[in-house]
Amino acid sequence: MAGTTTEGHAVIAEAAAEHGAGFPPFDATTFASQLLWLAITFGIFYWIMKNVAMPRLAGILEDRKDRIAGDLSEANRLKEETDAAIAAYEQALTEARNKAHGIAHDTRAKLKAEQDARREKAEAELGEKLKAAEAHIAGIKTEALSQIEEIAGDTTSALVEQLIGKAPTKTDLTKALKSAMN
Amino acid sequence: MANDPIHQFQIQKIFPIEVGGMDFSFTNSSLFMVLTVAATSAFLIFSTSGRGLVPSRVQSVSEMMYEFVASTLRSSAGTEGMRFFPLVFSLFMFVLVANLFGMFPYFFTITSHIIVTFALAMLVIMTVIIYGFMKNGMKFLKLFVPSGVPGALIPLVTLIEVISFLSRPISLSVRLFANMLAGHITLKVFSGFVVSLSAMGAVGVFGSILPLGMTVALTALEFLVAFLQAYVFTVLTCMYLNDAIHPSH
Repeated sequence: MAGTTTEGHAVIAEAAAEHGAGFPPFDATTFASQLLWLAITFGIFYWIMKNVAMPRLAGILEDRKDRIAGDLSEANRLKEETDAAIAAYEQALTEARNKAHGIAHDTRAKLKAEQDARREKAEAELGEKLKAAEAHIAGIKTEALSQIEEIAGDTTSALVEQLIGKAPTKTDLTKALKSAMN
Repeated sequence: MANDPIHQFQIQKIFPIEVGGMDFSFTNSSLFMVLTVAATSAFLIFSTSGRGLVPSRVQSVSEMMYEFVASTLRSSAGTEGMRFFPLVFSLFMFVLVANLFGMFPYFFTITSHIIVTFALAMLVIMTVIIYGFMKNGMKFLKLFVPSGVPGALIPLVTLIEVISFLSRPISLSVRLFANMLAGHITLKVFSGFVVSLSAMGAVGVFGSILPLGMTVALTALEFLVAFLQAYVFTVLTCMYLNDAIHPSH
């Protein structure tokens, strides 16, 4: 390696020789070529982007958006279905409960009616029996009372005969008995 | 040649072509334009060839690029601006890949030449002007007369607006060109120091650690700049296109 100074000089000289017009970005002789090739390459690039790459990307993103939207609406639909099923179940449950209440109520009413009817019947029967018994008792009582006079007459006449040795007359006896029994 | 930071920007003819006294040679610059276009197109097309509903890794990179540019354009130029999406996307991808290609050693950086960035900037500005007049007619000139300015100030403000409009292609192209140029020169200078210092023996080799560290750090910075400048170029393009669509601001 040579000394730094000589190397530096060499570099500058070489650079100057090669650059010619100086600073490369300001070298106007290269402008035409750069502009032409930029126009060609950027034009092709623009065409490819516009007609191939971007529609494809847009398509992919669109598909994904649609898919997500579709999935979301499907999920919503399923949720609605679930809600409807739950509502139907609730309704069925309420109906069943009401029906059960109805049946219980009906049964209770029927049983009560039956019971009432039976009781009424029994009561009526009992009343009739009671009446018959009362009538029977009344009959017996009347009979007994009708015989009392005769027995009382006989007894009284026997007693009087024992006391005074002489049987009372029928007329006196009847009179005396009547006054005593009333 | 190793220490000349300018040499990397030298245009070299590969196939000399001359038409009517004009030099249209296929140069190293042309070669890298072709490579940029071919690599970017190939990547975007092959990465999306699966058309996966669930994207593969490369496909998601392409999708990210697409949606990134789409959201940038939509946020500054609105839905109407989406008609320029192919242009904006092409510009972004072209500038980004050209910048990143420049980061490879021995690769030519096409965006480090003012004529290329200026041509791209003029493409944007001409699109703005032509579409602006096509869509709005003479109302496009309202762009230079902001509403709500007091009468006496209108000539002054209009003058400023015209100057600012005319300086747009210059600022757009110079920003990208200067960033790429300066970055590559700086990188080359620092890496040149490493070579020069290590030629000076043991002390020099030890001392070259410093510029080497700088070179590594600058390389990282340059990757950031490569992306950032492509993004800035795109954002400004979107804003200028917005002017063509909605001239009265």
